[in-house]
Amino acid sequence: MTALAPIARGLWTDEAEPRLIGGRLASGVIVFPMPEGDAAAGVEPWPLQRKGSLWSFTSQDFRPKPPYAGPGEGPHDFQPYLVGYVELPGEVIVESLIVEAALADLRIGMAMELVIVRFNAQHTTFAFRPETPA
Amino acid sequence: MSDVYIIGAGIHPFGRTDHRSGREQGVYAVRQALADAGLGWDQIGCAYGGSAASGAADIMVNELGLTGLPFINVANGCATGGSALASAQYAVASGAFDLALATGFDKHDRGAFNADPRSYGLPDWYGQTGMMLTTQFFALKIQRYMQLHGISRVTLGRVAEKAFRNGARTDHAWRRSEVDLETILAAPMINDPLTKYMFCSPAEGGVALILASGKKMRELGADGVRIAQIAVRTRPPDSFEVFQPAISVTEGGKPTVLAAKAAFEGAGIGPEDVDIAQLQDTESGAEIMHMAENGFCRDGDQEAWLAEGRTEIGGKLPVNTDGGCLACGEPIGASGLRQVYENVQQLRGRAGVRQVPGTPRIAYSHVYGAPGLAAVAILER
Repeated sequence: MTALAPIARGLWTDEAEPRLIGGRLASGVIVFPMPEGDAAAGVEPWPLQRKGSLWSFTSQDFRPKPPYAGPGEGPHDFQPYLVGYVELPGEVIVESLIVEAALADLRIGMAMELVIVRFNAQHTTFAFRPETPA
Repeated sequence: MSDVYIIGAGIHPFGRTDHRSGREQGVYAVRQALADAGLGWDQIGCAYGGSAASGAADIMVNELGLTGLPFINVANGCATGGSALASAQYAVASGAFDLALATGFDKHDRGAFNADPRSYGLPDWYGQTGMMLTTQFFALKIQRYMQLHGISRVTLGRVAEKAFRNGARTDHAWRRSEVDLETILAAPMINDPLTKYMFCSPAEGGVALILASGKKMRELGADGVRIAQIAVRTRPPDSFEVFQPAISVTEGGKPTVLAAKAAFEGAGIGPEDVDIAQLQDTESGAEIMHMAENGFCRDGDQEAWLAEGRTEIGGKLPVNTDGGCLACGEPIGASGLRQVYENVQQLRGRAGVRQVPGTPRIAYSHVYGAPGLAAVAILER
């Protein structure tokens, strides 16, 4: 994975256990992702919790049109994937790819944790996976 | 503000029409609406119209005639038709014009819509990683709703089964064959829990409505339906909408709930007074959730409503009597006006084999679209 670059800069922290970078508004409300440009004024970068609970989920069973840049060349080698929203308590509910799970494993409310994964031949991205009991 | 009536309604059949552009389908609908109202194009005072993918509507004057009328282009996503109708209504209600046109048309490529993140103010990675899809949003919303309110997959199937049953009776529908419940439930999954038959497809079509003041309607002796109220609302804080990389942990309001409330209050009636409803059904789950968001039932009641056939033609509250988006497809600019067209035909008793029995008097229509807006129109005979 050493040759892979993050899908976007500033999306997660560069540390042993990376955290997504949200923003804390002056009102105290947490948003994700961190706003850009003029909208970033007065917003404090806010690393989010790594763990949360599954808020909802679905499967993506057809290959999206561009700008989707996932692995494979076309419909013939498309790999269906899972998507969900994960609630980070007291912060924000983040939409994410879901990995290391099958659709039948997923239950609303189950514990999830952040992981950085290979996305395509060039890039990594963030995802959540079911939290494995310690 | 004076009363406004719809005195002419025209539609170009939805689906695929290879030999006509989107705008040509719109022109076809306008000519039909003019004929329906017994009017010539030169009598129309002003026009509002739009499309999402088929160019500017004001170019229609090339085909319809260079009468010099003001023609305003409307671009409001899924609510383009609703916004055109609202604008035309304001124009007539204000007294500025006696006759106005609202029109919408479109012609989309096959396959699911793709959206450009930047045009929605979103980062590129959101689209690149495969999370910016309308179909996913609806699946994520209904998945949670089903768990919270006890809605079964069979009920999702029943919505689609009803749509194709009604579509089979509708001249302007695209899907004109019935599909049985087992086939719907066993079809390939698109986004769990929604199968292929539970989603509408991008399509083609055009709709036109002619609006008139009460005075003009009486002068013409036209067969009109009164617009009791139109309400368009954008999203309130902390809501859950299509195309959101993150949502608030605080549960917020919903644009549909706000638009419905405003429309009912303005019309001076309640959901119990409605005889027929067209509710945005871009997929089966949307119809179910929109039944509650518009105030017709409580969350979870849909399970019994669908099992008992209460939303069938002939039921207590017929919903999507022409098969809705599921059977007609979704040409974005025309879709919201199709619902109003259907209500106009039903209230005038002209819906043929799909006519709702018992002389319906109050008809309701609702569209929802990105980036979180809703439009409601209540018509009264």
